[in-house]
Amino acid sequence: MPVQLNRGIILVSLVLLEITACNPFIQANQDDHISSPQHRDSVADSTKLIPVETFSSDYFPCSDCHSEIPLNPQRRELVEMHDDIVFDHDSENRWCLACHNESNRDSLVLAGGKLLGFNESYKLCGQCHGPKIRDWKLGIHGKRTGQWNGQKQYLLCVHCHDPHSPKFKKLQPMPPPRRPEDIKIDSIYEREEKDSTSP
Amino acid sequence: MKERKKILHPHRSIERRDFMKWMAVGTASIAGLSLLSSCDSDKREAFFQDQFKELDENELKAVLERLERGYKKEYNADIEVNATAPMDHVLFGYGLDLSKCIGCRRCVYACVEENNQSRNPEVHWIKVLEMEKDKGADLLHSDVYYNPEQVPEEGHFYMPVQCQQCKNAPCVKVCPVEATWTEPDGIVVVDYDWCLGCRNCMSACPYGARKFNWASPEIPQEEINIHTEYLGNRPRAKGVVEKCTFCIQRVRQGLYPACVEICPVGSRKFGNLLDEQSEIRTIMKNKRVFILKEELNTQPKFYYFYGT
Repeated sequence: MPVQLNRGIILVSLVLLEITACNPFIQANQDDHISSPQHRDSVADSTKLIPVETFSSDYFPCSDCHSEIPLNPQRRELVEMHDDIVFDHDSENRWCLACHNESNRDSLVLAGGKLLGFNESYKLCGQCHGPKIRDWKLGIHGKRTGQWNGQKQYLLCVHCHDPHSPKFKKLQPMPPPRRPEDIKIDSIYEREEKDSTSP
Repeated sequence: MKERKKILHPHRSIERRDFMKWMAVGTASIAGLSLLSSCDSDKREAFFQDQFKELDENELKAVLERLERGYKKEYNADIEVNATAPMDHVLFGYGLDLSKCIGCRRCVYACVEENNQSRNPEVHWIKVLEMEKDKGADLLHSDVYYNPEQVPEEGHFYMPVQCQQCKNAPCVKVCPVEATWTEPDGIVVVDYDWCLGCRNCMSACPYGARKFNWASPEIPQEEINIHTEYLGNRPRAKGVVEKCTFCIQRVRQGLYPACVEICPVGSRKFGNLLDEQSEIRTIMKNKRVFILKEELNTQPKFYYFYGT
């Protein structure tokens, strides 16, 4: 068991290292995989659950530009930059600085003032969406892949929901099944005949 | 991916096997000795092959190798056929979140590719029913052929239906030759080499989950999944019945089924019903769960639930 555990920890560290190496959004914060629900053994969970790489952005680090620009805390529509962002997430009551920290632009901020890395964005979501984050931690909401009895990868909220406009986007469906009347039986017979005659 | 090991299925030795063999020899000698003697040895072996559960370890090994040789010839692909034993203390269960499914049919096609279903004629193990929210889960008025530009359609919800892996499976009861049965881990399987093609099971299944190969299946050579299981996704022949096996070739290796992996909204859940900590048990404990056509007492291990 200790050997297995060690192997698990090494694997998790390797994956995290790889993610941190290729994505500036994920700062090394290796203790924080997924907050374990209380009734579970947190050690067992952290060796089994691995976050999938979070989003990448051409703009990061934000401070590259924002350190030069004076802060304008006025609520307004953005026109010069970030005008591609459609903000539809309780936009009546919130805007950029509700989640993005005004003094440290490379951080998110909780309502209580605590700063968060972008890889911990789910905590921000959980402030309002309590039941959802609870279900997500239990594996009911959201998506997990990998092994049903072992190591799983899990997606963060922002993988499926654009934080600025979180409603899940519609998709084009794959083709419907063929109707019985549309089955071209002759072509199947022809193929079968060919198969049976070919050596 | 975890390395796939060849673990042979536990066998039962049954005297009936020998009896049947001699019966078959007798019949064959009268009816077609000359015909059989002209066959190659693999064909002869196939003719005399026993039902899966009656094969002993050596016979099973020989059968698997023969099947691999046959597939090599037929599909020109190195298809490996395994007979992985079920895990101890595992009973598989499936959850499907009706409040999330958007009817995109990604699962249908992931299943087709993973499980080597025929492309022509088309065989789908999963069908997704579109229903009107006003009418509720009304199977009679559901639509399987919906094809809008985008899903979900306004005022509609979607209900994917596949084999429900019933504990009290009517399909198993009606099979006249015991070509289909429930494995210890709860998966209802078919021995395609033992199936007569009588389709009794199809008419017995209240979920329309079983599909028949009306013609010899067509699978593009480059799309064949070569990791196969005897009781699962190995290529089938014309005239046999097939159905969802929870991706037996994946789940017995510890992996999630293909439909769970592909679902873009995470509406599909899977796990061990005997493990209290599993996702599926958590769902059953905390969410509103129902089984389809409960009144028929089929006792499915496929649980629909509302995640919201």
